[in-house]
Amino acid sequence: MITKRLLLGDEALALGAVNAGLSGVYAYPGTPSTEITEFIQEDALARQRGVHSHWSTNEKTAMEEALGMSFCGKRAMVCMKHVGMNVAADGFVNSAMTGANGGLVVVAADDPSMHSSQNEQDSRFYSNFAFIPTLEPSTQQEAYDMMPYAFRFSEEHGIPVLMRMVTRLAHSRAVVETSDAIEENKLSYPKNTRQWVLMPGNSKVRYKQLLKDWDDCVKASEVSPFNKYIDAADHSRGIIANGIAYNYLMECFPDGCPWPVLKISQYPLPQALIDRMAKECGEIFVIEEGQPFIEERLRGMLGTPLPIYGKLTGHLPRTGELNPDFVREALGLPQLERKGASQVVMPRPPALCQGCSHRDVYTALNATLAEFESPKVFGDIGCYTLGWLTPFNAIDSVVDMGASISMAKGAADAGQFPSVAIIGDSTFTHSGMTPLLDAINENSNIMVIISDNLTTGMTGGQDSQGTGKLEQICIGLGADPAHVRTIDALPKTHEQMMQIFRDELAYNGVSVVVARRECIQTARRHAAAAAKAAKK
Amino acid sequence: MKTDIVLAGVGGQGILSIATILGAAALKEDLYIKQAEVHGMSQRGGDVQSNLRISSSPIASDLIPRGGADLIVSLEPMEALRYVEFLKPQGWIVTSTVPFINIDNYPEQDRVAAELAAWHNTVAFDMDEVAKQVATARSSNMVLLGAAAPFIEIEVEKIEDGIRTVFGAKGEKIVESNIAAFRAGLDFTRKLIADRG
Repeated sequence: MITKRLLLGDEALALGAVNAGLSGVYAYPGTPSTEITEFIQEDALARQRGVHSHWSTNEKTAMEEALGMSFCGKRAMVCMKHVGMNVAADGFVNSAMTGANGGLVVVAADDPSMHSSQNEQDSRFYSNFAFIPTLEPSTQQEAYDMMPYAFRFSEEHGIPVLMRMVTRLAHSRAVVETSDAIEENKLSYPKNTRQWVLMPGNSKVRYKQLLKDWDDCVKASEVSPFNKYIDAADHSRGIIANGIAYNYLMECFPDGCPWPVLKISQYPLPQALIDRMAKECGEIFVIEEGQPFIEERLRGMLGTPLPIYGKLTGHLPRTGELNPDFVREALGLPQLERKGASQVVMPRPPALCQGCSHRDVYTALNATLAEFESPKVFGDIGCYTLGWLTPFNAIDSVVDMGASISMAKGAADAGQFPSVAIIGDSTFTHSGMTPLLDAINENSNIMVIISDNLTTGMTGGQDSQGTGKLEQICIGLGADPAHVRTIDALPKTHEQMMQIFRDELAYNGVSVVVARRECIQTARRHAAAAAKAAKK
Repeated sequence: MKTDIVLAGVGGQGILSIATILGAAALKEDLYIKQAEVHGMSQRGGDVQSNLRISSSPIASDLIPRGGADLIVSLEPMEALRYVEFLKPQGWIVTSTVPFINIDNYPEQDRVAAELAAWHNTVAFDMDEVAKQVATARSSNMVLLGAAAPFIEIEVEKIEDGIRTVFGAKGEKIVESNIAAFRAGLDFTRKLIADRG
């Protein structure tokens, strides 16, 4: 039965996966991908079927856990934000070498414009060099429709499939027509067992096959229901638009585009369709959301020297996400009539919530470090990244998940003192445990503050995998129990916190201070839920 | 019909529930909807906006082009002005006049008010105050929705149904309180339009 629901792009994808017989989703929270897993955690059918949806410790464990499920013949999905691909990369790239048994879909949600990220990397480059076919929906409906297709494709071709989302589609709602769910796969094992053991002898054989299969994937792209060649009368120009960029193009032409359009939503690039455009059109304009992936490849694909315009030629901006206005301008259409921008509006950057425990930690840390000449504080990824902004100005670096501890160690190796790392609880278990082991093994002179708010705060308050065991983890890694300290992070513990920081900075070795208090957002939610329960 | 709306506010103010209600109403009417939201870092007290597009024919872009919006609907006066470039020359601004000051360089409130007044097609009043009078301070976003309703081509009753759908689980009292706030906002704008003639 077809039903209509108003869904975010992320939710449409999630529901599509569940209805396509998904047996497990594996993910670490990350904007703009978080809502996929959250949707599956709440979905009635997924719950009834017991579809796995517990959060993983990081993207690499998620990737490999999904690969394990695929090995056993069931349909599995991994979800992450684009920079999560860097963490999952080892498993991701090598999953092309093992191939998939049960359908395996990897979702990477890219963030052009860096709405909530540190860079604009484009996941299509990963899938291209790994030889993993890729789907890129234009609409919420396509995000839904692509999931059964992706799982089927993965099983038929014996290869994982990358699903590339972008923020604007992930976080935009539209009406989606949904269909009935199919059954999950039964347990079954790979027929070709050798390619799952990536020893050189096996890999050399498999790699040749992978390259051969890639030709089939090109052919599949050429007949894909998601790649469309829409001819038009004026052949002076042809336009190639990928994923959501296609929407911005069509927004400019409500009555149809006057030039032929090739909509790309499946990769590898459909060579035959591109050849047709090159043969029939006088020039090619590439409108691309993300880095100029198609545009760069096009320059090496065409038989004839044809003018190609896009981001590399400055016709569209190299940075940030596209929008209908950029596309209008690039194609030489007049802008819509409008008045000028306001003269009084000021930027309003985000800030730590009032009452947030990270505030108390930074206040105490700043006061303590004021007693030193040249302290350096290495920050990490999470709400507490906002500690860089005024009024705290408390951190000197933020790079990637876990880098606070590794950089503090490297700085201490260079002779820096005090060298302080500040990291959240969820980021610590994601990627902070291994650098802490490095520091412990060399007795590096660093102080690590784990600002433990008992949740993954920035992405909306998901479970944190280290909750209740942070001190045990640090001691288990070899930290001296006398220098693993715990303190409630509150305004009233300011003096105690300062004293602990002072003591641990005076200790020549690795110390860990767990400054703990529940996130103010999740605490409010828990209080409201408790009040509601009490009423009943 | 086609109404393109920029919803604006500060992270945590509750503009997304307006979008949810209009979305529920539009879905029931079998209309096309696209609604782009902001999640993640900006929700921590930064500026947030949502592009809400409702139409009787298919909608291509999730984003409204500059000069394409019929309406700016805002819970904060400076945030309303942030998006005037997106408004059609004859478009409307519907905003609460209560400033949310969490930055040091917030502009002088007189200058904000003057720019809003200069737009002409403006509905601006203290929505917290109206909400307090007829419901609770927390329903100022429903006052705002009511004040914007005359410019949205969905029948008022259908929007009220949307409010019932969205708040239904919280009990009849909450629903009625939100509907009272909605109607107070609606009355304000209807009176303003009648006065303008």
